[in-house]
Amino acid sequence: MLTESRPSNSLVHRLDARAKILGLIGFTVVVVTTPGRAVWAFILYAAILLFLMGLARLPLGYVFKRALVVVPFVLMVAIFLPFFHRAGAGGYNLGGARVTGEGLLVLWNAGAKAILGVLSMIVLGSTTGFPKLLSGFEGLRAPRIFILIVGFMYRYGFVFLEELRRMQRAMVSRNYRARWLWNVPTLGRMLGALFLRSYGRGERVYVAMVSRGYEGAVPALNDSRFCLPDAAFLAVLLAVALAIRVTSSL
Amino acid sequence: MAREPRAVEPPSVLEGQDRSISRPPAIAAAGLYFAYPDGTEVLRGVDLTIEQGESVAIIGPNGAGKSTLLLHFNGVLRGQGDLRILGLPVENKNLREIRRRVGVVFQDPEDQLFLTTVGQDVAFGPANMGLERAEIAARVEEALAAVGMAGSEERTAHHLSFGQKKRIATATVLAMRPEVLVLDEPSSNLDPKARRHLVEIVRDLPVTKIVVTHDLPVVHQLCERALILADGRIVADGPVEEVLSDAALLAAYDLELPYGFNLPAPSRGYR
Repeated sequence: MLTESRPSNSLVHRLDARAKILGLIGFTVVVVTTPGRAVWAFILYAAILLFLMGLARLPLGYVFKRALVVVPFVLMVAIFLPFFHRAGAGGYNLGGARVTGEGLLVLWNAGAKAILGVLSMIVLGSTTGFPKLLSGFEGLRAPRIFILIVGFMYRYGFVFLEELRRMQRAMVSRNYRARWLWNVPTLGRMLGALFLRSYGRGERVYVAMVSRGYEGAVPALNDSRFCLPDAAFLAVLLAVALAIRVTSSL
Repeated sequence: MAREPRAVEPPSVLEGQDRSISRPPAIAAAGLYFAYPDGTEVLRGVDLTIEQGESVAIIGPNGAGKSTLLLHFNGVLRGQGDLRILGLPVENKNLREIRRRVGVVFQDPEDQLFLTTVGQDVAFGPANMGLERAEIAARVEEALAAVGMAGSEERTAHHLSFGQKKRIATATVLAMRPEVLVLDEPSSNLDPKARRHLVEIVRDLPVTKIVVTHDLPVVHQLCERALILADGRIVADGPVEEVLSDAALLAAYDLELPYGFNLPAPSRGYR
């Protein structure tokens, strides 16, 4: 699941969420703006991320599995891009289609950036944990209502899935199989029932909130501190990335 | 409290107020009437007085209006008729104080634990009361310890068992240090051990307790007095042993003790 952080207590895990959010998002932005021809820069970026993963003791197999989410995206680029660029040096003929050198560069560029971006988000996600991540964004002055909505989504997504699973089991137990077109209305009714249940849940949650003195504003509950190691992490990560970036376009 | 079980009788609201002017009743309702917007009448004149320090069960069959009545105790629902909570009339200006002093633990803990971590959920009430950060942290710690879940601040609700969720839900209310604790079906869906834990936790709390349920053994363990709510009215009121041992009375309102359950001898020592 996207929310599972690796329970561990490494140096990276203990950093303040805000430092990691700013650092790794900043890192990604720097990576994305690097010119694609500077291949060595991307290798250095990857080395930084590998270093962080090692520091956080993330198993490589786990990282690799989660990094697979970029595959469909990169494949899309791979399918379309090579064909829509003018001919240049290099390139190959594949059957009738000509793959140009520039097309390949675009593919490399997009692919490398996507993978590095995803890897840095994996480092962030697997060392921070969803609740900490949320309170980190809260500490960075993200709109409260947004934080609250995402928090509710996280909390009730699981409840919702569990309800869906129970309904499915109840249907299967009575030999329901969605095989033909005329089975579809049942699915529609199921979704309707799920909606009504969620609606009722929403009302009960609201009543529970009001009962504990909710008056329209959720109090900030973020209590983490931004300390020297956090500042150092942020500064070093961004400084190194920027140094690579500047050198790459000289 | 040697009170006779009685059929519907005139309200004792005034009596209650006379007895203790310095300590108004926790709940004093007279002629409380409530109908949902679709016209369904749920409460049709509820008269009841619950003194501070009592532990009272409100029992009744499904659909008797128990949950609706409970939502009046902290002003979430507002019916017609006279209702005073801890001496305060239920009006907009008093709602904040009423909700601080009356804590409601709802039936489904999934509804009560809505934030991302247990610690945030328990801190929600105290934070709404405008307490200082250090005081909030102290209360969270205290409330979690009171329900036997100390140190679980960082956990997320969906990783807890149902019994643990129920205990945390209780903690979210205890953290507000309520004077009146209202429990809606506290034992539903709990396995025997979790249920015993919850009973032990709640029984020793030094607050006024109102338990809304149809689990009669739990009523016997937690309460001294039992009220039967049926058809939107209080139809019986008396010491818990007398109400629970009156098989004819229970049967008349679709209630019964579980098969094989016998009321222990009336000494209060046995629990």
